[in-house]
Amino acid sequence: MKVMVWLAEGTWHAAVDAARSHAPAGAEVVLLHVVDPALAAGIGAAHAGLLGRGRHRPDPVAAAGAAAETAERELLDAAAARLGRPAARLLLRGRAEREVTAACADADLLVVVRDGDRARLGPKSLAPPTRFVVDHAACPVLLVWPGQAPGVGTIAPPPPHHRPGPPPPKG
Amino acid sequence: MQIVIAVGLLVAVLGFAVARPAGLPEAVAAVPAAALAVLAGLVPLGAAWRDVVELAPTVGFLAAVLLLAHLADAHGVFRYAAAVAARAGAGRPVRLLGAVFAVAASVTAVLSLDATVVLLTPVVFATAARLEVRARPHVYACTHLANSASLLLPVSNLTNLLAFAASGLGFAAFAGLMALPWLAVLAVEWVVFRLFFAADLTVPAGPAPPLSARPPRYALAVLGLTVLGFPFAEPLGVHPALVAAAGALLLAVPRVRRVPKEAVSLLRELDPAFCAFVFALSVVVLAVRRHGLDALAAAWTPARATFAGLLLTAFLAALLSNVINNVPATLVLVPAAAHSPGLLLAVLIGVNVGPNLTYVGSLATLLWRQILHRHDAAPSTREFLALGALSVPACLLAGVAALWAVLEMSGVS
Repeated sequence: MKVMVWLAEGTWHAAVDAARSHAPAGAEVVLLHVVDPALAAGIGAAHAGLLGRGRHRPDPVAAAGAAAETAERELLDAAAARLGRPAARLLLRGRAEREVTAACADADLLVVVRDGDRARLGPKSLAPPTRFVVDHAACPVLLVWPGQAPGVGTIAPPPPHHRPGPPPPKG
Repeated sequence: MQIVIAVGLLVAVLGFAVARPAGLPEAVAAVPAAALAVLAGLVPLGAAWRDVVELAPTVGFLAAVLLLAHLADAHGVFRYAAAVAARAGAGRPVRLLGAVFAVAASVTAVLSLDATVVLLTPVVFATAARLEVRARPHVYACTHLANSASLLLPVSNLTNLLAFAASGLGFAAFAGLMALPWLAVLAVEWVVFRLFFAADLTVPAGPAPPLSARPPRYALAVLGLTVLGFPFAEPLGVHPALVAAAGALLLAVPRVRRVPKEAVSLLRELDPAFCAFVFALSVVVLAVRRHGLDALAAAWTPARATFAGLLLTAFLAALLSNVINNVPATLVLVPAAAHSPGLLLAVLIGVNVGPNLTYVGSLATLLWRQILHRHDAAPSTREFLALGALSVPACLLAGVAALWAVLEMSGVS
């Protein structure tokens, strides 16, 4: 059995904890992390707008890329230590939702953490990329809350026209 | 015929600056083009020389500010600013964004957009990565505010320096008229960022790492004195460029005394190749201006600083700076608006805020980068363009409305 664990900044602890609780003892665990190079490229793009100023400095795209890789390594080290069992690592580059969906095509389980509005239960608790993964993943998805889930009382009341009306009169 | 040659020269200079064959500096094409413009009789030698002499204080001012920013970085000012922002926003991404806004807006205003793009953004990126926070809103805040927060002071942007020289306004008067538009634009950017990155900003940031950087007190004090020195020295007949140079000197002395070899690298920070490019570009633009462009710009630029006039001017300037980059756009539009400080400041709102639309400075650069990347997986630009399309029109409107209100209140037009 192959269990993929999608790690993202700010919420990865919950993903690791879910993998610890739910991955069977013999399962192969893969820690998955995505870096989108568009962000580092954006820093380079801002340089292009300077029309040649500051060009003698080191390449900003490479520097940002290196900083992202260092942070990624630290995150995965911390996640591996927290997991406490052997795990493979998969480092992907591109748009997170596309990369994760493609990578988990042959997995038996994907662990995903909610990363949107954490104050209430509901669709907004998934940020758009996470929503995409949940909607498109070909494998079973284990969707967990980071920390304590909000109470059932936080679900928005149904809109008035959806409330069941009185039963139609008989006869 | 002359207009065709002049426009051809300008297109060649700007095209070279976009494509930069073999990584050559922009001046490699611009300086010969300026010489050609004079040799071909498009600009009389005397007029070209006058243009260069008039531009010299502005370019010197730019070089001094670039040096000041580099030295502030060498003293650890940006590392410290990012560490303070990280501590202020620990665990709370919205507060972190607020702190990044404050730092980016201040750095841009005082040390120019170059400092924010070149020196601050990488530090903010690294800080966000270390905090385990989603870096996008914070990095985009830096690249966006580098443009839109560069309205406040003449030193905040090369475009401001170019217009400042032509405006006849004093340093304090410029800042006084632009303070409210600056704040209005920042407020709009804040709202747009909160909405655009709503999902990223709900993810909790990790705890702040201990604030290891000690405050660079000497450098902060020198920067503070430099900023105060601008408005106070001017009435005494001291050009603000000299104040910036004095600030840079004060920051350079302790470093060069410790490591004398650093003096050489400081010369490189003055960016002589870029300064030569600005001089040459100005002469080439002058050639185009003398053969029809001035008349065209005058016909297109509103004559009076009414609300509609200001708005039209700002949108025109934003449009032009997205077509040909904002430095040449400023050189084209400043003479047409120089008769009215209000219109001149509206030009600046346009050329400073406008570049966020194409985010690489101009449409030409954007297209060129797409061509370069056509064979590999180019990183997505959709997000930048969407953010720009949302924020730029609203920022222009808010900035112009604030400028109009200030002009009405102060009686300047």
